[in-house]
Amino acid sequence: MLLIDCPWCGPRAESEFRCGGESPIVRPAAPASTDDTAWADYMFYRDNVKGLGFERWHHRFGCGLWFNVARDTVSHRILAVYGMTDPRPVLESEA
Amino acid sequence: MTRYSAWSLLRAGLSGQRTWTPAWREGKPRKRYQAVIIGGGGHGLATAYYLASKHGMKDIAVLERGWIGGGNTGRNTTVIRSNYFFPESTRFYDFSLSLYEGLSRELNYNIMFSRRGMWTFAHDRHGVEMLRRSVNAMRLNGADAEYHEGADVLRRIPGLNPTPRFPILAGLLQPRGGTARHDAVAWGYARAADRLGVDIIQNCEVTGFDIREGRITGVQTSLGDIAAERVGLAVAGHSSVMAKRAGFRLPIVSYALQAFVSEPMKPVLDTVVLAPSTGTYLSQSDKGEIVVGGTLDLFPSYAQRGSLPVLEHTAAGLIDLFPHFSRVRLLRQWAGIVDVVHDSTPILGESPVKGLYLNCGWGTGGFKAIPGGGFCLAHHIATGEAYPLAAPFSLDRFRTGALIDEAAASGIAH
Repeated sequence: MLLIDCPWCGPRAESEFRCGGESPIVRPAAPASTDDTAWADYMFYRDNVKGLGFERWHHRFGCGLWFNVARDTVSHRILAVYGMTDPRPVLESEA
Repeated sequence: MTRYSAWSLLRAGLSGQRTWTPAWREGKPRKRYQAVIIGGGGHGLATAYYLASKHGMKDIAVLERGWIGGGNTGRNTTVIRSNYFFPESTRFYDFSLSLYEGLSRELNYNIMFSRRGMWTFAHDRHGVEMLRRSVNAMRLNGADAEYHEGADVLRRIPGLNPTPRFPILAGLLQPRGGTARHDAVAWGYARAADRLGVDIIQNCEVTGFDIREGRITGVQTSLGDIAAERVGLAVAGHSSVMAKRAGFRLPIVSYALQAFVSEPMKPVLDTVVLAPSTGTYLSQSDKGEIVVGGTLDLFPSYAQRGSLPVLEHTAAGLIDLFPHFSRVRLLRQWAGIVDVVHDSTPILGESPVKGLYLNCGWGTGGFKAIPGGGFCLAHHIATGEAYPLAAPFSLDRFRTGALIDEAAASGIAH
């Protein structure tokens, strides 16, 4: 069971949240001139890292806030929680 | 190597069971192979077996980081079925099912395939409509399917709760579906492949790829470099990790899928049951354990263990279907890392690196596809062209948009 520290509500159980996948994923800026390969890359292709990963979570059964989480996908340890538009934090384990 | 038969069993019995030889050799890697298969699970071993048996290749190695069949092949709930929606999927999975039907004889290894039928329930009006549509689709595509009203379902499955939280209004039965002994599938393929000269090398991790001008020339492993111009990748949930080492990405997200077994009991359940309302599915193994599976832990994971909320949800679903299991104890719980793609259809065939072939994207349903996946990948590696059944499953479909969306169509639970 993950204990996720919602920036608004504080620590809550995993079952209140929904994971929204990898973060950040940026939509191509000029859709009309984006080719199929770049669209596929944006739509479907993911880093899917083993180890430190960055993802979005949604406090579905709580305040409804979306935010970012840095989490290890093997140990499930949460290393940072940061706002939706905040830059990705530099973590000690990355240095 | 001893061929298994009533006669060999009798002879070994008379000599105190001391004459058995190992089912496969302890492999040590050579410097060069015609083909290398990464991943010693069902799909990797089956690929090596069909390369040797159908295409006459002799010079093949299977590299496994841990022990063979120790990944998802040993962690699934052993259900074999072909109840899909689109023609491409049904054709492929039905082919795989038909290979399973003759597999014990072909491999000279009892995989304990038990054709006990599989049920999928409908719990509301819309579910009933979807179920009728599934039955019709399966029959149009040549698979066997029967539609049964709720009362008939209750009559055919003794012990099923007549008044569950989510009522059972109808059921889809695929009579040819069933289960097999999962370890035996890996061991049977390993033994048969070994007999045809395939080297099975365990405790050998692939750490990198040698790629020259976009073409593969070999792999780097924990036991040294191995040259090979054709490499098959069959590593399920770790496909993205290996792809990164080869310099590309895949449209895959890895999740943990949990399963549990109860203590062994006398035979009480003679079929496979899936209740979409709770995502719970179960069957009883020949040993007597109730084997239960649930939905995914819905966040990316490479940890081969599951989280508590899904376990609770699945257990609740089980008790709702069969209240008399409420005092049965679970003995073991585990998870496998599954490779989920957007359309719940596998990826079989070429990768961005020439000579490196993919077998992944099976998501939550790789076990039933082992013979078919191995057969098709072997064909592609040996001939350089996709086997017709596997042609729609290319990686390129994510670019062209020709997705086969079984997630929406056949209601796969994620």
